[in-house]
Amino acid sequence: MELTTVWFVLIAVLWVGYFVLEGFDFGVGMLLPVLARNDTERRVLINTIGPVWDGNEVWLLVAGGATFAAFPEWYATLFSGFYLPLLLILLALIVRGVAFEYRHQRPQATWKGWWDRAIIVGSVVPAVLWGVAFANITRGVPLDADFEFTGSLLTLLNPFGLLGGVVTALLFLTHGAMFVALKTDGEIRHRARALAVRTGVCAAVASVVFLVWAQVETGGPASAALFAGAAVVLLLGIAAATRGREGWAFTGTFVTIALAVTGLFVALFPDVLPSSTDPAWSLTTTNAAATPYTLEIMTWVAACFTPIVIGYQAWSYWVFRKRISVDHIPAVPLVAVDGHACGPWTPESSPTCASPADRCSS
Amino acid sequence: MDVVDIARWQFGIVTVYHFLFVPLTIGLTALVAVLEPSWLRTRNEQYLRLTKFFGKLLLINFAIGVVTGIVQEFQFGMNWSDYSRFVGDVFGAPLAIEGLLAFFLESTFLGLWIFGWDRLPGPLHAACMWIVHLGTLASSWFILAANSWMQHPVGYRYDPETGRAELTDFAAVMFNKVQLVTFPHVVFAAYLTAGVFLVAVAGWLHVRNSHPDDRPMYLKAVRLGAVVALVSGLAVAVSGDVQGKVMTEVQPMKMAAAEGLYQTTESCAPFSVFTLGSLDGTQERYALTVPCLLSFLGTGSFDGQIQGIDDLREAYQGEYGQDPGATYYTAADYVPVIPVTYWSFRFMIGLGMFGAGGAALVLWSTRRGRAPTGRWFRVLLVALPLGALGGNSFGWIFTEMGRQPWVVFGLMTTDRAVSPGVSATEAVISLASLTAVYAVLAVVEVRLLLSAIRGGAPEPLADHGDAGGEHPDDAPLSFAY
Repeated sequence: MELTTVWFVLIAVLWVGYFVLEGFDFGVGMLLPVLARNDTERRVLINTIGPVWDGNEVWLLVAGGATFAAFPEWYATLFSGFYLPLLLILLALIVRGVAFEYRHQRPQATWKGWWDRAIIVGSVVPAVLWGVAFANITRGVPLDADFEFTGSLLTLLNPFGLLGGVVTALLFLTHGAMFVALKTDGEIRHRARALAVRTGVCAAVASVVFLVWAQVETGGPASAALFAGAAVVLLLGIAAATRGREGWAFTGTFVTIALAVTGLFVALFPDVLPSSTDPAWSLTTTNAAATPYTLEIMTWVAACFTPIVIGYQAWSYWVFRKRISVDHIPAVPLVAVDGHACGPWTPESSPTCASPADRCSS
Repeated sequence: MDVVDIARWQFGIVTVYHFLFVPLTIGLTALVAVLEPSWLRTRNEQYLRLTKFFGKLLLINFAIGVVTGIVQEFQFGMNWSDYSRFVGDVFGAPLAIEGLLAFFLESTFLGLWIFGWDRLPGPLHAACMWIVHLGTLASSWFILAANSWMQHPVGYRYDPETGRAELTDFAAVMFNKVQLVTFPHVVFAAYLTAGVFLVAVAGWLHVRNSHPDDRPMYLKAVRLGAVVALVSGLAVAVSGDVQGKVMTEVQPMKMAAAEGLYQTTESCAPFSVFTLGSLDGTQERYALTVPCLLSFLGTGSFDGQIQGIDDLREAYQGEYGQDPGATYYTAADYVPVIPVTYWSFRFMIGLGMFGAGGAALVLWSTRRGRAPTGRWFRVLLVALPLGALGGNSFGWIFTEMGRQPWVVFGLMTTDRAVSPGVSATEAVISLASLTAVYAVLAVVEVRLLLSAIRGGAPEPLADHGDAGGEHPDDAPLSFAY
């Protein structure tokens, strides 16, 4: 296999890794107002992804960096062309990331309410816009002879692109619900499973329409097999959820997203960004690529370190494998009026220790 | 303003902002990584409380450092797509490797550290913070190698056919001589920043004296921070001195602009501590100067020759051409903005010296258990961390502004680097929205940090598995969002 093809495959792997992992993070964020009925339940949801969301997001950073290094033209055209959607994604990821870390720092309901909104919006926006972006990448966008994007924001918001956004949002929503069903216990687990089945059916309908459309526009036999596989696995996952097999159900959405994204990349190959203006102006794995020397060095680094990264990331999931329920959420630790931390609160606690509503230090 | 100016303002704002959080993260991970094993070894509860306390402050700081880091990577493609096309073959590799080697390490092991108090045995838990620190150092290495290549391109060839710079020697890029002096300078400045942060926070809690029992603990932290800051401050000075000499060699214009020196001085060039006069230094009313110091800073010898701006401009015009618009290689003028380089250079050095000097003063005044409480001490506590943050910022402003008009020295000018397809409207939307969000986050962050500091070091809770012992399945999590 040529090095340019190797790097096309590796970048596809990075995006697949990003979507199967941060996909459920987005899902959990979007489910915050739907699945949780009080603050403790919201904290259960957030804590299912607490230790891992940041590591999941790094897949995006590495995908971006790898595109920059291996296909500079692709990186330059894509990032400057999809300017406003990417800016929105950036802003969403900024407020969402800060929200996870800051929400628990104060006990006031208004404080938590603002960060809840940040988490919800910060999850919905990228969940939709990544779908819009990838639908447009697969089908092609107007590029001129210098590989410059000549469209506008409205060019990207075409029906096919918007449907792509609906599909990713529904898939991530289902994926997140499956994850919550797998990672929690008690009432919330049952609610999540029931919801996953309902959103799963919607996701399946939307996905089939989108994937058939994508197949008609750009696909070949290989992508057809992958798209069909994605649809079948999604239905199997939903079936597993109805039988209470949460592990298999989550595996179902995991594999569905992986197959669908792989299918889009297979349909894209050997282009990396087709030009809808003139096929001769499309960016391909050849004309967008870095030099063989750069690709060779990057290949060595990736070959050595990717297995290590996957190893320790898997280990961190193993460390945090236990289900979380409302019983596991610690009550808000107490802080005295003067700001000094107190021990666990009891009715006999020192009189200087205020109620949790005063101030919090965890 | 055209797209170039807007994109430059955005780069300056988001980068200086991002780098307020980065040094504290680098330095605090090291300090927490030292404090936790002290607890494990001595079982002195003070160390556990300090670990948890500074760990919490680290997290408040880290959160914004992480999310603003995403912008840093994406804006090369968004605002600087022609730069990305031109340098991607060389510059992209360190960025990709930084993500794979450093970001995964930092994020995964910080998650394990935050949530792992009751899941991991003590030594393994402490090791997680060491791994996070290692990740921050790896991150610094690769990103500074990328920046050093912009300062002094090596290990590449220019391909006229593709019109881009192409990598020919990866090791040369990784061990660029500018990189070898920049890395220690930046990392020690980060340790200095975290050291004075420790001094300020613990010193303030010590002076406030709301819990007399805790005073010895805070005093210990003050002295630890002061020692780290003093040693790092000296290392910053030494590495900065070597860096100045390397810079005189590879970018003589930057060093001439640091002094606002127009005429070449054959020997014993003086260094002005400050100047009153016209902003660009062409007319001088009064200057406090140290004789021969500039020669020493630039060459290591008091009678070394320092080239002036006028001669260098002529030399650059001869080497790179005078016709802007002909190739990547030319610019209209080769002189950076002198007031910016002149003053940022002085503020960088002054604030760095202030950090080291303040740390020495703190060490002296807390010797043998003494505990200063005077007004001067309180002012010093507030000024020290602000000074360190300012010193870092001015250092970068000097380095980057002093390289102008080049984005890659000698290869590509900044005005050629911008995205041709991005409109001024789009660029303004980006600049305005990022600045607004960053401003709000800054207010929230500072208030949160101050209230966490006021809370002081938490008492260890008896039911927490701090020792890494067995933890029953149905017990509450030791830490939860």
